[in-house]
Parts: sequence; structure tokens; C-alpha cells
Amino acid sequence: MTLDIKTIAPSELRTELIRLKDQEKMDFLVNLIGMDWGEEGLGVIYMLESTETGKTISLKAIAEDKQNPYLPTVSDLWKIAYIYEREVFDFFGIKFLNHPDMRRLFLREDWVGYPMRKNDPTELLNPLRMTDVPLSDSTKEYFLTPDGKISEKTHTVWGPDEYVVNVGPQHPSTHGVLHMRASLDGEIVKRLGLVLGYIHRGVEKISESMTYPQLLALTDRLDYFSAMQNRHALCMCIEKAIGLEVSERVQYIRTIMDELQRVASHLVYYACMAMDTGALTAFFYSFREREEICKIFEDNFGGRVIQNYNTIGGVMYDIQPNFAEEVKKVISNIRKRYHEYNDIFTTNVIAKGRMEGVGVISKEDAISLGTTGPVGRASGWNNDVRRRHPYALYDKVDFNDIIRTEGDTNARHWNRMEEMLESLNIIEQLIDNIPAGEFQAKRKPIIKLPEGSFYQAVESSRGELGVFIESKGDKTPYRVHYRSSSLPLANAMDTACRGEKFADLIAIGASMDFVIPDIDR
Amino acid sequence: MKNSTYLGGILDATKSLIIGLKTSIKVFFEHHETEQYPENRATLTFTDRNRFCLEMPHNENNEHKCIACGLCQMACPNDSITVTSQMVTLEDGKKKKQLVKYEYNLGQCMFCNLCVTACPQDAIRFNQEFENAVFDKSKLILTLNQPGSHCMEKPKPAAPKAEPAPSKKED
Amino acid sequence: MFDFSIITQWFHSLLTGVLPEWVTIGIECVIVLLFIILLYAILAIALIYMERKICALFQCRIGPNRVGKWGLLQVFADVFKMLTKEIIKMRQSDRMLHDMAPFFVLAASFLTFACLPWNKGLEILDFNVGAFFFIAVSGIGVIGILLAGWASHSKYPMIGAMRSGAQLISYELSIGMTMLTMIMLCGTMQISDIVQQQADYGWNIVRGHIPALLAFIIYLIAGNAECNRGPFDLPEAESELTAGYHTEFSGMHFGFFYLAEYLNLFICAGMASTIFLGGWAPLYIPALEGFNNVMAMIPGFVWFFGKTFFVVFLLMWIRWTYPRLRIDQLLSLEWKYLMPISMFNIILMALVVCFGLTL
Repeated sequence: MTLDIKTIAPSELRTELIRLKDQEKMDFLVNLIGMDWGEEGLGVIYMLESTETGKTISLKAIAEDKQNPYLPTVSDLWKIAYIYEREVFDFFGIKFLNHPDMRRLFLREDWVGYPMRKNDPTELLNPLRMTDVPLSDSTKEYFLTPDGKISEKTHTVWGPDEYVVNVGPQHPSTHGVLHMRASLDGEIVKRLGLVLGYIHRGVEKISESMTYPQLLALTDRLDYFSAMQNRHALCMCIEKAIGLEVSERVQYIRTIMDELQRVASHLVYYACMAMDTGALTAFFYSFREREEICKIFEDNFGGRVIQNYNTIGGVMYDIQPNFAEEVKKVISNIRKRYHEYNDIFTTNVIAKGRMEGVGVISKEDAISLGTTGPVGRASGWNNDVRRRHPYALYDKVDFNDIIRTEGDTNARHWNRMEEMLESLNIIEQLIDNIPAGEFQAKRKPIIKLPEGSFYQAVESSRGELGVFIESKGDKTPYRVHYRSSSLPLANAMDTACRGEKFADLIAIGASMDFVIPDIDR
Repeated sequence: MKNSTYLGGILDATKSLIIGLKTSIKVFFEHHETEQYPENRATLTFTDRNRFCLEMPHNENNEHKCIACGLCQMACPNDSITVTSQMVTLEDGKKKKQLVKYEYNLGQCMFCNLCVTACPQDAIRFNQEFENAVFDKSKLILTLNQPGSHCMEKPKPAAPKAEPAPSKKED
Repeated sequence: MFDFSIITQWFHSLLTGVLPEWVTIGIECVIVLLFIILLYAILAIALIYMERKICALFQCRIGPNRVGKWGLLQVFADVFKMLTKEIIKMRQSDRMLHDMAPFFVLAASFLTFACLPWNKGLEILDFNVGAFFFIAVSGIGVIGILLAGWASHSKYPMIGAMRSGAQLISYELSIGMTMLTMIMLCGTMQISDIVQQQADYGWNIVRGHIPALLAFIIYLIAGNAECNRGPFDLPEAESELTAGYHTEFSGMHFGFFYLAEYLNLFICAGMASTIFLGGWAPLYIPALEGFNNVMAMIPGFVWFFGKTFFVVFLLMWIRWTYPRLRIDQLLSLEWKYLMPISMFNIILMALVVCFGLTL
């Protein structure tokens, strides 16, 4: 959809945001996007949504000082802003006043310059360095002195007396190169900090120099367990911007593939959850069924994980003639095997003890932390994008919202397990009625988006995945931003883990089910 | 639901543990299958949608369809294709672009299929040869046009004359 | 049942005939030592192979099948690889303790290994407080694990070692209690006597019926925990602590821990088969005379190994089914469930023995 962005002066920004949050109940900060508008200066786009009324609003604030830009922080209003603002600071150098922890988020601490600024000579400033800078244990907070100057004070993040254990970047249970620093008191986790960026590839920066069809190849590599949905989001965003209608057949195929992908992803989740709690056998059970889904993927698009299937205006290949039959076979097989997953792991007294009441996130926290997807729904927040902003065929199929209110690891686990069955139901409703039609709409060879800002969200396997494109009317985007579904989940780890055992940290991490390349982008 | 007494708790726990043991022993006696890779080469099948390595099909006369337009090179997001072309003057005085070298860097390829969809002549396609491991990175840079090959003449009435002079290539 | 002591007596008298007694005993000690080391190595290899195959079958796989027929040479290849690996010296570790740690674990494992009754007349360490000795020396292992964690100067091993200390000390109580229960039934602590009794009167697990069965289950749980095997593998907890207390060990030093872990599994199973399932005593069913004769033809060590590997399979089945416990759950399982139940079980057994209710 085209975003209607209201501009607001930085001096009024904070009062306006407080008003929106308190009076209009805009309690969900969907996105906080840093932007370099060139001549106009650097600024931030805030995308807000009310979880009660579903109303959305977008604001934009441009910092007054172009050389040393600063804006007021909103990290005390929405907890998720803590990490979003650090990201914007990292890439654009916009200082958020009174933000308690203005460190870089993704880039190394010895990085010079702010790479997402349009005129930043990134490669000149950052040659290959042969020296190593250890992680800093202190951070800076910027604030405005009464005479209007920016001043800074230093905070200690990790004190010398703390027993800080590095979980990652090389650790069997962080599912990739995530680095968490946990301050322990015996076995109990006191605090958790994230060190991100080990697999940061600068997808958003690379995207600025690519044409729209070329962008597609990168989305599969963000959240590789939701590759289909990521690409669906980007394709839809571009299609809606250029006003391209895709055929009914494509909608069917995309919806079915999205759901198959979700099932595959949740099967991997189950496997990882089991493995992280030590049940290695259960791991293989779900991989056994995932293999069949991967086989379908491979037959239809030639890729198992990186699929390259959706294209602008359609899909890459038509589905194979035996597609419906194969999918039905998989559905019945998973239904048949489903009880095994629960028998060997979920209903087990040990697994229950490991999951029940562990890592509780309250509903308020979930909304404030922006933990969309099954994690938010486990805390009682119905945040399904398929329900909130239906896309593809989701307004035509019947599916239940799976909501739990406990907010613990067990609720998150069961949410995913049941969502898997719900996805199978959705596929079953569609699989027999795929209409005939073209699988690729006709389009111009060179795609140019009209000037403006566009945003499209989908429900990926782990929450809301949004694509934001700012276009100046060229064949390359001016700015692309992905609302990562995993970054808020990783950010919520600190809230969920405080006071829990070290072993629970691993279980909670598994129940969040974040994918590291999606966090880092 | 949940048994809250001490003994009840033990009974519930034992029951759930026994269910677990039952499930795992059932799978223990199931038939397991693992694909034995190098041995199953003969039976390994792929659809034509599997993309493993780019190739430029040549016919029996050592002719390919590439007209060196460079669209694939432009479509490639990773710069893994380099098309080197030259202008040759045909005998009838027309100038024509001719392919000299079609370099493809397998190590950089994302297998996104954009080059194949961009090609107006269907001159390139992905093949299903997946055993592409080499010991040296430089060996991943492949030249797709065969030595001495040239572009297929369109079956137009245009030139029944002698074939264009075989371009001299160094590889 | 063939009595091996005839051979050992003959060998002893043969040697004392030509040599003075102290030389004889010296030679015998060396022979027994070689025998133990050889058996230890062979059993470790067999167990590792067994674990890999069984674990694979539980996990819808087929396990090692490349090196040698059915992957039989896989473990040899692994051992060879481990032997060639460098033992890395870390700068900040306590070098001496770090190097000593695996040997403590190994020594504890060797001493307990020597307690097992292989056949009638083929016990290596057999004296009147054998069971007591077994419990005592199995406690040495924890020192090695604590040292390993402490001397590594690293955080993960430290947490692993601390967990291990808490775990092993707690579960030793249950092992002691259950063994005490069975000792009460047998009225002797001498391991050869315990087995001989079972050969005469039937296996303890049958003879002691309910309390013995309870004790057997508790012993299996506690024994599994003593071996640091799943679902009690918290000291190693590879998904939390990478490798727990032996994270910083490499080469054969790591290999010793690995070896000891598998042999502890065997020892735990061997002790279970000794005190519950009759050791080398054959299966005896009162009514079937012919059947019993056939059973008695099978040599004792086959019975012993058969029973032990059966228990090993049980333990592997448990390991490859359950998720890992958390440290507080682990301790509450011991102190809130196993301990009280095994105490109650001792009383039950006392009553059973007192009133002659044994079968």
C-alpha cells in the first residue's frame, strides 16, 4: 500500500508521539526507518498502529542539524524503539537524545562513518583493518544541555564484577552467529545483551543499487525459513506500487506456497526446540516430514531453501501437474505423524517442566516489544497480518486465530504446533480449486516505481515481515527497508530471560525461533 | 487435568515418560532409509527446474544462439556474467555484434534465473550437473561458448552463402 | 556352571611352584592389569559402535555404514584420529590440574570396572565389603570432573563442573540407598556372594519382587545420572555449555573423558545386572528342567555380557528419548522423589526380609 506520511517538526515530535500513544492508543510501533533525503536532511519515519482499532499512521521527522543530526528518543514509549534507534544511529548517525545506550548495533565499534547516508565514502573510510577492537563494556548517552548543545555521558554496560558469559557467536544453540552476553548469578540470568552483525550483509544498502527484479534474489536470503513469504511481500509491494494485477491462479499458488513454507518452518522450529532442550531424537522426527515438503519445493522451483519462486507479476514456473496430489500426501502424512511429535516431546513431563511458566512475556510487553507472530499470539495479542491486513487469498479462506494468554515458552510452542495444523487446513481449502490462468502477468521489461513510499506486510513464519520501499521514480529504489520479524524477537530475549536459569535461556531462545540473517539483514 | 498430589504427580509423569519410550521404540523398528549418495548417482533424478550451473547449449555444428546482446549481464544481480563481444562486418556490408567470450562465474552465481528469463534468444539455460566442486576458486570461472563456436544463423532467407568467417578465439 | 577359579588356582600353583610368592603375585597383577586395559578398550569401542547404531535407529537414520562393513571400522578410525590429535596447552589454565583431571576420571572408572564379576571365579577385586568399595571408588570420578572444570580457566567448563558436582554427589545417595536395599536382601556385601546367592535362589529382582523392582528403576535413573548421560547430561549439555567440563580438552585427554563416559555406562549396567539380574547366573525357571539345563550350558560371562548389554540398551533407549532436565529439576527429582522413595523402599525391603516374604 502507498504510505501517507505526515511530516512533523522534530521539536513537536515527542509530544505528538506521546499524544498518539496515550490518546489514540497507538501502542504498536511497527517500524522506525531511518532515511537520508539528501538535500532535506536525515530523518526518521515512524509507523504506528493501534492494536485495538487497527488504525495506522505514519509520521516523518527530519532532523534540523544536517551535520550532527539528532532527534528525541521514543525508546521509553515503545520498548522496541530501543533497538530500532540503535540501528538508525548505526547506519545514519542520527543521535537519539536520552536514549540510554547509543552504541552501534550491527557494525563494528571501530567502523568510521555511517554507511547508509547517501554521500558516505564507506569504502574509503573503512579499509580492511588488521587490528582487533574488543567489545566495549561502556556506552554513551547523548542529551541536550540547557543551552542547546549536545552533551554525552558514559554508562557502564557490563561491570567488572559481573560474571558475563558469551553465548555465541559460535554456539550450538543460537542457530547461527548470534552473540548474546549473559550476566549470570550462579545459574540465574541477571541480564542479557545482544551483539549483532556477524552476518550483516547490508542488504538494504545493496538494494539501493539494484533494479527491482534484482532485489528479489536477496529476500530469500533474509529469513531463509520464510523465503517464500519474504519474496511474496516484496513482489506484492512492487505490484501494488505499479498497479499490476496478478491472476487468480498466482494468488492461489502463492497462498499455498506461503502456508507450506510456514509448515516447513514450524517443523524446523519443533526440531530446534527439541534439540535445544536435549531431545535429539525428536529433532529427526520433524525433519523427516520437512524433507517431503522440501521435495515438493524442489520439484516445483528447483530449490529447497532458496527458492526464487515469486516474481513481479506472478511466479517463476507453473506448478507441476502432480502438485495437488503430492501436497495432499504430505498433509495426510503430517497429520498422521503429528501425535508423535507430542508424544515424544511436548507432552513429556520433562519437556513440560522445561517450558511451562518459563520466559513469560506479558501482553503489554509483547506489544511494546513488537513481538509479532506466534510469540505475540502466545501472550494474547492477536497480531496476525493475515487477519489485520488480509492479502492474497487470506480473506477468502477460513482459519482460526490461535491465541494463548500464558505468554510462556509452552504457549509459544503450542501456538506453533497448532498453527501448523491450521496451515494444513488452509492448504486443504485451496488445493483442489486452483483455477486455470496464466502464471505470469505481462509486464514491462524495465520496472519503475512511481514516486512515493510503499509498504507491504505479510505474516511470515515468525511474525510480521514488512517491506518498505521509497522510490524517486527510478528503476532502482531510493531506500528499501525490511521490517525484520526476528529482530524484535531477539530484542525480547532480555525481557523474557531475566531471572530464569541459564538452561532456560536456550529454551526461550529456541521458542522465539529467530533466524539470524533476518535479524542482521 | 493435572494431578496435584505427590503420588499422582509421579504417576502422571511416569505415564508421559512411558508414552515417550513407546513412541521412540516404534520408530526404532521402522524402516529407515538414507540416500547413499555416490552410489545412487544412476537413480538420482532432477527436474529441469533445478538450477546448478549455467550452460550455453551448442548444436552439432558447434553453433549457439547467443547474439551477444548483453541483457543477461545487465540482469545479473551479482555481476557473475561477463559478455565480451566484437563488431564484425559481414560480407554484405552489415555490421553485426558477435560473441567473443561468454564468461560465467559459478562461484558468484545466486541461481536466481534472471539471466535465463532475460535472454531473448533462449541461448542459455541452467543444467542439472551438480557436482561442481573444484579445488581452485579460479576454476569456477567458466567460459560457456565452446572454442570455435559461432552464432546460429537465423533460418531466414538472408544468407545462404558461406558461413561467417570462423572467429579466432584464444581459448 | 564352570568355575573359573580352577584355572586361576592352577595357574597360581604352577607359578608358585617355580617362583617365590611375591614374584608370582607381581606377575599375576601385571597379567590382570593387561587384561583389564584390553577389555576396557575393547568394550569402549563396542559401546561406542553400539551407541551410534542404536541412536541412529532411534533417529530414523542408519548410522555409520561407510568405514568397513556396516561401519564396523568407524570407531577404530575415530580412535586413531583422536590419538593423532594434538593436546593443546592453554596459556591460562592450571596446567598440572588440567592434565591430571582425565586420569582421575579414568582411575575411578578402572577401579569400579575391576569390581565387576565376569564369571564364576573370575572376579578381580572381590572382598567382603565389595559393594561398599564400589560405591566409594565411583565417587572419585567427580574430583576429576571438578578439576577439569576448575583448571580450564573458562566459564562454560566451570558451570559444567559445578553442575556435575551437585549432580553426582546427590545421585550417589540414591545409588547407595538402592544398593543398600539389595544388600539387605542378600545379607552380604561381597559381590561374588551376591551373585552366587542369585544363582542358587533366583535373581534378586524376582526374589525381592516389589521393593527390588523399585530399587532397580531408581538405580537405573540414578546410574544414568551418575554416568552424565541424557536426560541427565547437564554437565556436558552440548546445546547449552557446548561440551561442559571438557570443553577445553583436546586429543586423547578428551578421549579419556569420552572413554570413561562409555565405560561408566557399562559399569553402571554391569552393576545393575550383578545386583539385580543375577550377574553370570543363568536364567532359571523352577518347572522347566530341560530348559534350565540348556540355559546352564551357556557360559557365565555370556550371561553377564548379555544382561549388561540389555541394560545398556535400556539406558540408551532412555537417553535417545527424553529431553534434558534443568539443574533445579534434576535436584528436585533426586531430593524430592528418588531419595524419599528409596528410603521408603529400604524399609519395605527390611519388612520383606524380616517377614520372609521373599520369593
